[in-house]
Amino acid sequence: MSKVLTKPQRCKQCGLCVAVCPKKAISFSSEINTAGYLFTVIDDEACIACGICYTTCPDGVYEIPGTK
Amino acid sequence: MAANANTNTNTSVKTKVNIKPRKVPALIDRPMSFCPGCGHGIIIRLIAECLEELGQDDNVIFGIGVGCSSLLGGGLETDRLHCSHGRAGAVCTAIKRVNPDNVVISYQGDGDAYSIGIGETTSAAYRNERFTTFVVNNTNYGMTGGQMSNTTMPGQKTTTSPDGRDCTTTGMPLRFPELVASQFDAAAYVARGSVSTPANINKTKTYIKKALEAQLSGEGYSVVEILSSCPTNWGMTAPDAMKHLDQAVTPHFPLGEFKTRANEQREVK
Repeated sequence: MSKVLTKPQRCKQCGLCVAVCPKKAISFSSEINTAGYLFTVIDDEACIACGICYTTCPDGVYEIPGTK
Repeated sequence: MAANANTNTNTSVKTKVNIKPRKVPALIDRPMSFCPGCGHGIIIRLIAECLEELGQDDNVIFGIGVGCSSLLGGGLETDRLHCSHGRAGAVCTAIKRVNPDNVVISYQGDGDAYSIGIGETTSAAYRNERFTTFVVNNTNYGMTGGQMSNTTMPGQKTTTSPDGRDCTTTGMPLRFPELVASQFDAAAYVARGSVSTPANINKTKTYIKKALEAQLSGEGYSVVEILSSCPTNWGMTAPDAMKHLDQAVTPHFPLGEFKTRANEQREVK
C-alpha cells in the first residue's frame, strides 16, 4: 500500500504541498481532474510519510494510513 | 512485477518505524468550495481535529459568519446556524445559554467579526460568554472581491484602497485579541496563530485546542484569531501568499498567546 493515499478529485492545484514537501516527492500530473485542475502525484520511493502534505493541504486530499 | 514486489518489501523493511495515521475528520470530509490555496480549509480541519480529539465532534454547534466562512455551510457535517452578517457573537451567546452542554463555536472572518460585527463580537467578550470564537483574518473582504477591512495593513492595496491604505483617514488595523486580553479580565483564553508554515499550523492547533478546553471546563470566553492568506485577492500564487503572510502580515499581527488559561499548568498532559 502507498504511504500516502490521495483523493485527486479534490485537488485544486494550489501547490502548497509541493512547496513544503521536505523530500520534493510531490509533483503535478499531466492529466486534469473533473474540476479542471492538474492534480498532485506522490513519488512513493522518495516519500517518507512525514504527513506535512496532510498538514498543509486545505482541501483534504491526503490521508496517511500509518502503521498499525 | 517481481522486481516491484521486492522493492516494496525492501522499502517497508527500511522504514519500519511507527507512522502516525492521519485522516481528515468525518466532520469536514467533503469537498469544499474555497479558492485554491485558501487557509480556511486548513483552519476548519484543525478545529475538526481538535473536536475529534476532545470527543466533542457530535456535540458541537457552529455559528457561521457571512463571507468566505459561509462556504463552510456546504462542507460541514454538523449542527450549524448561518448567522446574519456580523451577528455570530450574539447568536452564539443565545445558543450557548440555551444549550450549556454543547460546545458552541462562532466561525467568522475578519470582515464579519471585526468590521460589521465588531459590536456583537466585543459585547460577547465583554459579557464573558462561555463560547469560543475563531476569527480567520486575511486582511480583506475576500468574498466580495478584496475590499479594505478593519484589519487591512497600512499601505496595503485593495479594491477600495487602490493607492494603499491611508491610516491617517481610515485608522490603524484592529488587533482584537490584544484588545480582549488587555480590557476584559474575565476572558479565559486569547491567542493568535497563523497557517503560513507547517510549524505555525501545528502551533495554531494547540491554541485551538486550549480555547476549546477552556470552554469545556466553563472558564469563560475564548478567542483565537488565525492569520490566513487570500491568494485570489492578494494576486499571488498560494505558496507566495503564505510567504507574504509570514513576511508582511505577521509583523503587524504578533503571534502567540495573550491570555493563558488560569489552571493550565495542572492540566498539561
